[in-house]
Amino acid sequence: MNYTILNLMTFLPLIGALLLLFIPKENHGPLKAVALGVSLVTFLVSIPLVTGFIRNAEFQFVQDLPWIAAGPFVMRYHVGIDGISLWLVMLTTFIMPIAILSTWSAVEKMVKEYMICLLLLEVGMLGTFISLDLFLFYIFWEIMLIPMYLIIGVWGGNNRVYATVKFFIYTMLGSVLMLIALIALYFKAGAGDFSLDRFFNLSLDPFTQSWMFLCFAFAFAVKVPIFPLHTWLPDAHTEAPTAGSVILAAILLKMGTYGFVRFAMPLFPDATLRFTPLFATLAVIGIIYAALVAMVQEDVKKLVAYSSVAHLGFVMLGIFALNQQGVSGGILQMLNHGVSTGALFLIVGFIYERRHTRLITDFGGLSKRMPLFATIFMIVTLSSIGLPGTNGFVGEFLILLGAFESNLRWYAIIATAGVILSAVYMLWMFQRVMFGEVTNPRNLTIKDLNAREIVVMAPLVALIFIMGVYPTPFISRMAPAVDRMISLSKAKHQVAVKQALPQGERHAAYSEQ
Amino acid sequence: MEPITAPDINFVTILPEAVLSLFAMALLLLNVFIPSPSEQKGYLGYLSFIGIAVTFFFVIAGWSVSPGMQSGFGGEVVQDRFALFFKGIFLIAAALTVLITDRYMHREECNHGELYPLILLATAGMMLMAAGNDLMTIFLGLELLSIALYVLAGFNRADLKSNEAGLKYLLLGAFATSFLLYGMALTYGATATTKVALIAACIARHGTITGNPLLICGMLLMAVGFSFKIAAVPFHMWTPDVYEGAPTPMTAFMAVGPKAAGFAAFVRVFTIAFPALKPDWTPLLWGLAALTMTVGNIIGLYQSNIKRMLAYSAIAHAGYALVGFTAGNTEGIAGILFYMLTYAFMNIGAFTVVILVGKKGEKNNNVGDYAGLAYKHPLLAACMAIFLFSLAGLPPTAGFVGKFYLFSSAIKGGFIWLAVIGVLNSVVSVYYYLRVIVFMYMKEPEEEFDWLTITPPIILSLTLAVLGVLTPGVVPSYLLSLAQSAIQ
Repeated sequence: MNYTILNLMTFLPLIGALLLLFIPKENHGPLKAVALGVSLVTFLVSIPLVTGFIRNAEFQFVQDLPWIAAGPFVMRYHVGIDGISLWLVMLTTFIMPIAILSTWSAVEKMVKEYMICLLLLEVGMLGTFISLDLFLFYIFWEIMLIPMYLIIGVWGGNNRVYATVKFFIYTMLGSVLMLIALIALYFKAGAGDFSLDRFFNLSLDPFTQSWMFLCFAFAFAVKVPIFPLHTWLPDAHTEAPTAGSVILAAILLKMGTYGFVRFAMPLFPDATLRFTPLFATLAVIGIIYAALVAMVQEDVKKLVAYSSVAHLGFVMLGIFALNQQGVSGGILQMLNHGVSTGALFLIVGFIYERRHTRLITDFGGLSKRMPLFATIFMIVTLSSIGLPGTNGFVGEFLILLGAFESNLRWYAIIATAGVILSAVYMLWMFQRVMFGEVTNPRNLTIKDLNAREIVVMAPLVALIFIMGVYPTPFISRMAPAVDRMISLSKAKHQVAVKQALPQGERHAAYSEQ
Repeated sequence: MEPITAPDINFVTILPEAVLSLFAMALLLLNVFIPSPSEQKGYLGYLSFIGIAVTFFFVIAGWSVSPGMQSGFGGEVVQDRFALFFKGIFLIAAALTVLITDRYMHREECNHGELYPLILLATAGMMLMAAGNDLMTIFLGLELLSIALYVLAGFNRADLKSNEAGLKYLLLGAFATSFLLYGMALTYGATATTKVALIAACIARHGTITGNPLLICGMLLMAVGFSFKIAAVPFHMWTPDVYEGAPTPMTAFMAVGPKAAGFAAFVRVFTIAFPALKPDWTPLLWGLAALTMTVGNIIGLYQSNIKRMLAYSAIAHAGYALVGFTAGNTEGIAGILFYMLTYAFMNIGAFTVVILVGKKGEKNNNVGDYAGLAYKHPLLAACMAIFLFSLAGLPPTAGFVGKFYLFSSAIKGGFIWLAVIGVLNSVVSVYYYLRVIVFMYMKEPEEEFDWLTITPPIILSLTLAVLGVLTPGVVPSYLLSLAQSAIQ
């Protein structure tokens, strides 16, 4: 078992970024080629993670090196993956080459800095998913902000400065509160390091758990985003360049949900139980509200952005169901969303590159001129809606099943309406853009997909069907880790319960699901 | 007749200060006796850099020789690791300042030779402040520092703002110093001694003295005096005007050195002389810290002149350091040491870029004048971005590690709300630091930036500053343990 795979995979993009420094900035070709090459090699390096993965709940490919020892603090470079983070890591290494390939002709100014930012972003994202030391996680979480801030702000649309500053400050506000909770948690745990396993066995009183959970949850809720902390998302997505949007939607949003699954819920089980109704409510509101807002959007990219909020509402609902189907469905839907919404943003990018507009009214009847594009667009739309046969269906079905079986039954019933709503806004948008007559004369000369764009979309389309028809490889590797997470999140601290309630009501308060 | 006992002088304890003062006086004489036009004062800069390096060598020698405490001049001056660490900070600040001064002074046509001796003497004053184990020695160092700084602030005689800065600093500084002196006098009245360690002994001996109004007033007035020096709110009103008016290299020096010196003296006096009064001064410091951070950051949001903005950021950073002081535990004090060192690098680095972008007559100092800098001078803009991210407290820079350490000490000490205020202020500060980055990277360049000449000394200072900001951010253990060992 090669234990340095994770290090190699995470820091290879950094080496690539350093390599790019030496290429003169006029040579756009070599710059893009090196960036693409590095991201492809990173993907290849990450494949042994899947093939060599053992289906148990333990952390694998673990590396535990000393890093900082100063004063009362001991932080270690402690990384590893389990069933939950395995697929998120794979999603990251999979999407990055696609994103880089998609910007071949989209960005013309400061290409060198753009590629460096993208590669640094990959380092940050991979580091976040593999960190098992809370401090290391925090460092990677914050590091990610700077390249994304630059990507949106320098290479984005007209309103990019407003969007990127909002994104940065909003996310950082959440992060710093998490930092406080992190430090307080460390001091409560006594002497030792910031390693995650140490904190799992800690038994904290409900009040402490509650405020720490809320601090962590605030940081992750901004990232997911959960209503009402979602207002940064439509601006950031619309103003970002295509590659930025793809990475933002496909990967960065997953960090919020990953944070809940890995940190907020297992660390603070009593608080999780207590706040489940709150988060389930917010999730369902997000699903319905975002779908309704998406329906009235005129900008295709903003519509897709709101659809992201709706999809991630489903993920949150599944996670808070806290049973095998719900959580597996949630994690699977994270992957599905990455694939389908990433593909949607790529498609929007294709249209934008051709016509430099994203307003639905500027289009119409495109399917006649771009049949291949129309086909792929249809497939991705159906995946986003959750049609059986595509990956979206498996995830949504598992989530709704899990939520229905847990005590979130009524939430599931309301959320199912969201499935219909997503079909409404997606199909209506598709119809207005692709079907009907060609109303705008400028659309008559529009070109269909070229070879590069087909290569970009093909893996995503393939995954849509593979994950829709045969999701077993994905679910089987997640299952033990999901079980572990559920049992940690549901751990009943009998001591706290005994102190909180009088004798007779003790067993009635927490009923087994 | 009683034998006359020779006083215990022990010159080794003031070796750094002595060496530096000798260099300063030698430079003064050289300046007088070697006539040279104002373009050729650079050799004084090189010589002063050598002088600082020699002094630094003595400081390091002192560090490795004695982990314990060596006192001299009958207990007036002490050489312990705490003092040596701060001396190192002052010397680094002075070295970086000396590197960036020449071009600026030449551009503004006030390149008088007395500049370098004054910087060296101010540094000697700061070192004496940090090494002082007696209230009088601290005062002596403070005066030496302040008088040199008053002249340095008003060094550009032709510029109205510089004159205003010098005069304002003089008047307000003298006023605040008198508060400090009066506080010292009252403390002497209460305890019959000015030696810091003996004050503590006296308080310990007479337990009821902790309620003595003379002592409490003395402590409060000294706090006022020190707060002026570190620019804590509400004693900060001089900072924006003085920082904006003074020549930019002097501003860089002032933002770092005297602030660190003020903290050194503040910490030494309060933690060694007044530990028994801790329940009294902790709430005071809590209020100072919270107020300083908040006011500094919020008013900084409205600044368009980059020097004023950095002045308010300096106020805010003093607030963060005060958080560590409020916590009062070893991590807090070690955090202050670490923070002052890394602050020196990031602040002087940022001011170096301000010097480069500025034009003659202190023009071009608005945030808007940085538009498009990244397109014309990408490396310079990247350096500035690193300094700004470090000031904002983002990983993987030293600014983040420093803030992490300070806020952790507050949490450990039970001051969770203060830590929350601290981090929320960090988020607020991000806005005005990011605004500069927005202009540098996300706006079109309005001019060619062709007056920007980067000389070798400036390259050296920028490189040192970037290294000093990034290295403790990624591998902070060495510096942090250094800071921890500096506190006995």
